[in-house]
Amino acid sequence: MSPPHGPHGLFQNDVRPAARPPSVDRALRIGVGGPVGSGKTTLVGSLCRLLRDELSLVVVTNDIFTSEDAQALRSAAALPADRIVAVETGCCPHTAIRDDIAANLDAVEQVESLHHRVDVTFVESGGDNLTAIFSQGLVDVQIFVIDTAGGDDVPRKGGPGVALADLLVINKVDLAPYVAADVDLMLSDATARRDGRPVMRSSLVDPEGAGEIADWIRHSLEHWRTGE
Amino acid sequence: MDAALLLLVDGRFPAGGHAYSAGVEAAAAVGDVVDTPTLERYLLGRIATTGRVDAAFAANSCARLQCATDADALAVLVANLDEEYSARTPSPYLRHTSRRLGRQLLRAVTRIWTTPAIGAVSAVAGGAHQPIALGAAVAAAGGDANDATALSFHHLTAAVTSAAVRLLGLDPIELAVVQERVGRRCDGFRSDATEWASMAPADLPAWGGSLTEILGEHHGSLDARMFVA
Repeated sequence: MSPPHGPHGLFQNDVRPAARPPSVDRALRIGVGGPVGSGKTTLVGSLCRLLRDELSLVVVTNDIFTSEDAQALRSAAALPADRIVAVETGCCPHTAIRDDIAANLDAVEQVESLHHRVDVTFVESGGDNLTAIFSQGLVDVQIFVIDTAGGDDVPRKGGPGVALADLLVINKVDLAPYVAADVDLMLSDATARRDGRPVMRSSLVDPEGAGEIADWIRHSLEHWRTGE
Repeated sequence: MDAALLLLVDGRFPAGGHAYSAGVEAAAAVGDVVDTPTLERYLLGRIATTGRVDAAFAANSCARLQCATDADALAVLVANLDEEYSARTPSPYLRHTSRRLGRQLLRAVTRIWTTPAIGAVSAVAGGAHQPIALGAAVAAAGGDANDATALSFHHLTAAVTSAAVRLLGLDPIELAVVQERVGRRCDGFRSDATEWASMAPADLPAWGGSLTEILGEHHGSLDARMFVA
């Protein structure tokens, strides 16, 4: 592990995902955030399909309207309906995952308590702006999803999600040629901002397109459980 | 005012209040609230009915829970308050919401204060109703029944005005003027706080608003909501 350094002094921290404190015995809580339309719900759906046979999963969604994302996941049959719950966000999705996390924690604990030994809880944020980030009081690790169609200057603009998330996903790489986006530039700009934290590219048109991200989750869960 | 009480006054206290519109989302959806004058009329209706009931329960919970002599007496009193508040909230969805907001308030409060009253309200199955939790929290923060009443009204007027800013784009400066004007009306109701503090829960006010309950119940049945209620 390289020591944190670089231009983003405020954002320096350990590049390893959170290890479970010995006093905590519960699911690994993973935040999935990012701008509107970057593919958060599709990614969560893909990850559920890739991981549900080996892990016990639940999802808490935070869309503008309570039921939109939850309904999309239920329609896609990514998980049984009782494993997906929605939280109202009062027109401010970033407030619900960052400033006032009470309703989300309430929902996370309730859905985790309804199912036997949940391994991973996904908390999906509503589509928001680049300043959104999950509170450490709500999730243990977080994935920030941006996409090529949102503009290849997003990694350069940065912000807490791009710089600090434990994993940055550049989604819709299949669309890059159509929107004149330079994926290599996005990767190099992102890498420069992230002090060694991982960046992955994805195209979720392919059912296996989230395979590398699913592997990252398996690794994070292992780390969470063993504390190593 | 002490720093501890100011924490509970501040809308930034993480108790889930940011996603509570006190019925404004439902009232706006049916066209009852469309602009600043209709919002003020709505708010006046709320403070005179359910707002006074909430304030009375907060005052009573604040004053009486700290006087309970032992754990058993405390549990009986909490159960009594819980039953009486439920009876004043006909809509099952609004009862559910009130417990949810109470639970969310206590999540932060129990990390800061541990008093027998806080312990007793935290033990309510499904979560204590929000005004009862608020009363216990105000007492733990060193406040009295009058403070609990003021906070209860303040959270109502703040929830209504901030939801209108977010949902309808109303002018926040105009709404601050409204909030101050309605706040003076709330201060007038606070002359009842001493009486509310000493009543048996069954005798506390029961001013209801049938439209509040009907719209609340309808809101709960919607597939798409932005605010919890």
